[in-house]
Amino acid sequence: MSATPPPTARALRDALARGDRRAADVCQEALDTTAARDGALGAFTAVAVERALARAHALDAARDAGAAPGPLHGVPVAIKDNISTRGIRTTASSRILAQYVPAFDATAVARLEAAGAVILGKTNCDEFGMGSSTENSAFGPTRNPWALDRTPGGSSGGSAVAVAAGLVPVSLGSDTGGSIRQPAALCGVAGLKPSYGRVSRYGLLAYGSSLDQIGPFARTVEDAALVLGVIAGADGQDATATAEPVADYLGALTGDIQGLRIGVPRAFLADGVAPAVLAAFHTSLEVLTARGATLVDVDLPHARYAIPVYYLIATAEASSNLARYDGVRFGYRTPLEPGDTLRQMYERTRDEGFGPEVKRRIMLGTYVLSAGYYDAYYLKAQQVRTLLRQDYERAFAVADLVAMPTTPTPAFRLGEKTDDPLAMYLADIFTVSANLAGLPALSVPCGFSEDRLPIGLQLTGRMFDEATLLRTGDAYQRDTNWHTATP
Amino acid sequence: MGASAFEAVIGLEIHAQLQTETKIFCGCPTSFGAPPNTHVCPVCLGLPGALPVLNRRAVDLAVAAALALGCDVQPRSVFARKNYFYPDLPKGYQISQYEQPLALGGGVDVEAGGQTTFVRLTRIHMEEDAGKSLHEGFADSDRRTYVDYNRAGVPLIEIVSEPDLRSAGEAAAFFEKLRQILLWLGVNDGNMEEGSLRCDANVSIRPVGQAALGTKAEVKNVNSFRYLQKALEYEITRQIDVVEHGGRVVQETRLFDSAQGRTFSMRSKEEAHDYRYFPDPDLPPVAVDEARRAAIAATLPELPEARRQRFVAAYGLPAYDADLLTQTRGIADYFEAAAAASGHAKAASNWVMGEVLRRMKDTGVDISRIPVTPEALGGLIRLAEEGAISSSVAKGVFETMCETGQEAAAIVDAGGLRQISDDSSLEPVVASVLEAHAAVVAEVRAGKDKKLQFLVGQVMKATAGKADPTRVTDLVRRLIG
Repeated sequence: MSATPPPTARALRDALARGDRRAADVCQEALDTTAARDGALGAFTAVAVERALARAHALDAARDAGAAPGPLHGVPVAIKDNISTRGIRTTASSRILAQYVPAFDATAVARLEAAGAVILGKTNCDEFGMGSSTENSAFGPTRNPWALDRTPGGSSGGSAVAVAAGLVPVSLGSDTGGSIRQPAALCGVAGLKPSYGRVSRYGLLAYGSSLDQIGPFARTVEDAALVLGVIAGADGQDATATAEPVADYLGALTGDIQGLRIGVPRAFLADGVAPAVLAAFHTSLEVLTARGATLVDVDLPHARYAIPVYYLIATAEASSNLARYDGVRFGYRTPLEPGDTLRQMYERTRDEGFGPEVKRRIMLGTYVLSAGYYDAYYLKAQQVRTLLRQDYERAFAVADLVAMPTTPTPAFRLGEKTDDPLAMYLADIFTVSANLAGLPALSVPCGFSEDRLPIGLQLTGRMFDEATLLRTGDAYQRDTNWHTATP
Repeated sequence: MGASAFEAVIGLEIHAQLQTETKIFCGCPTSFGAPPNTHVCPVCLGLPGALPVLNRRAVDLAVAAALALGCDVQPRSVFARKNYFYPDLPKGYQISQYEQPLALGGGVDVEAGGQTTFVRLTRIHMEEDAGKSLHEGFADSDRRTYVDYNRAGVPLIEIVSEPDLRSAGEAAAFFEKLRQILLWLGVNDGNMEEGSLRCDANVSIRPVGQAALGTKAEVKNVNSFRYLQKALEYEITRQIDVVEHGGRVVQETRLFDSAQGRTFSMRSKEEAHDYRYFPDPDLPPVAVDEARRAAIAATLPELPEARRQRFVAAYGLPAYDADLLTQTRGIADYFEAAAAASGHAKAASNWVMGEVLRRMKDTGVDISRIPVTPEALGGLIRLAEEGAISSSVAKGVFETMCETGQEAAAIVDAGGLRQISDDSSLEPVVASVLEAHAAVVAEVRAGKDKKLQFLVGQVMKATAGKADPTRVTDLVRRLIG
């Protein structure tokens, strides 16, 4: 595999804008690389060859005609398959949507294209974003390019791998409890979960609506900032997308983190973290303090409840969000025999269409919302969620951001946790609280384990303060080269 | 125990479609009657990834209804998901309001059986309508059901009353009163055939004097005043019958079959859905601050009850007239404009209650489509009140005005229809009538005063109705001597 890292989106776009390269050539190259390498990885569920080439040629023609190049002019991107793309099959890696072709684009996709990006294809994920290993896909698992017998993490494993393996410079994922940051960490790339409401969810196939956010994968924090600047902002089609102004994220990357206060929740990190991960974490803090940041202790006393709270709220919302997959209007419908009842149609369609983890979460969520249990589970979970949010508010009174490892361990083996859902759920122990609190969080590569598996550093910021996160992550990358390593 | 030993306890749940141009969470039109599945988009079809965005106009209309009904509009209300599976429900849940509705309290005075009762409202909340299952009308309807999603996402309010109603008649009067107010506000079109106004009833019975409520049945599908009354009468009798035969009323949902005039059990309490309500994370809470509430309140028209009282006080109209004239806002507006234009309020009232309402009924048009403007009617009334035309001529002129759109004065002048009231013109006509009917004249002289009207009638006939009948009567008496 290649020793020098492939060009970043920024470098590629600049070369294209200067006319040094043609979008069609860049696109063809990405298609060729993907064709050659994705067989072993399984990052893509669909590669839109003709559409991507047609789009690249159109961009070249527009450029030739004198049109100003967009901020992502000619940059090939991959889109997680739970994000709606007009005319390209969007399956959420579920059998129930195996043949579903949307009639509309997600807002984030439309904005990428408007900025000049070329959609190369759709990437594999855990079904409807439910999982932490990309093994819960109806189309088979995605493999970690650093060790093909290991998972890339999940649920946005395909999007993480597409970037880590150099198939595309940037991609979109979605993050409900860590689904961008955890695979980013396990694949050695940067991954950003924006603040809740920063990026429109229109067109994102909902899992946990109060937690879901779309965000970028990139090798450099700079590329993540570039993509976020394109996709962020209010949207008339999503009432939860905020009108909060979008900062100049690229402009924020000054390298200056002098006086930045980094909160470290030491008590929360005491147990269950692999020694290599903890070592890399502490080394990364030294890098940041060497640049002028200071460390402060913060306490997140309710963070240890984040996993159970997450599995009550996310599954409750999921049980309702996934009700629309009923075989009536679109998607898979069970073959019907004369005399079958409506109820049989529903039951068989959903039984045959959904995988086991999705069914498990629908059942759990249905239970959580049921009469007599709502107060004890759903309402109680919402109360703890408020307490967790208050933990962060207290932390941000003394710190500008909070640092943690992204995951307790490096990438685990395929099949290692598939029979133990609870062990799998704990892979998200450090990531879910940002979703519950709505806060932005970034994972950047910060080292390798002894068997050369990537490790991630997670930074969590104040609401809508992606700029500080990105500035810090970029500063870190100026002093380290973990992100230039290739599998 | 006899039937009189029990009393009925009834509460209604009324669903009213809000008169917005577009649906509650997307931009699709709400108009009725379009070809199936032409007013649809990813949002109202519940396609993967589509999200609802609240229509502000729907909130304004709902707030207007709440204010008009005396409710407390809540500064913050929350949309919730009501989860159940049905093919006409695209998302597998209905977006409604549950624990925190738009408005609480309020109520209206209802008159029935000579008694006025204040019926309290529990709440008003907003929600989206579902689509419509089409079970018949297709070649393969024996095997398939089709679904039309044009109605999915149409904005509704649900008005829930307290169990303050004590008879079927009172319930029907309450429903009528609500319909009148909603129509009056322009919040709802009142069209029960098209389903834009629908009603469910909760009914129980209890021994007279008992405070505790009996077990209730919910009766669905009572979508006209008559059906509501019939369904409730049936259901009350049924429940009394059950109890008198030693049985217990069970909590259940019953469907009214209008053809048979009976209610049938649809599902028992045990079969009832657990809707698993929870706040919809896709929609921020609905905020109605004091400024917005006040702005909507300022746009509210004078309500029917206030206007009825004003018609009695300001125009000196009988209560009967005021009732009839305030049945809709359009009629009340028409009357007031005609009264102002004519300067004769009672005459304007008579004309509106008579010719105008008759014309509406005969031609099946709304008052807004009556071809005679209230100002033009005022002109006609003035001619009649000043004695320029007789009342019988006036009715004919009104018909001509409807047909031609001409002003009353022009029709009267062109047709030479002015009333003849000067004695010099009338005397020769009266004289010749008396001469032609000498026998009748003799009878009158003999004391058969009734025959006088015959002679007056003959004069009217001879003058083509233009003669002033009062003058003619005087002349006939005088000439007979």
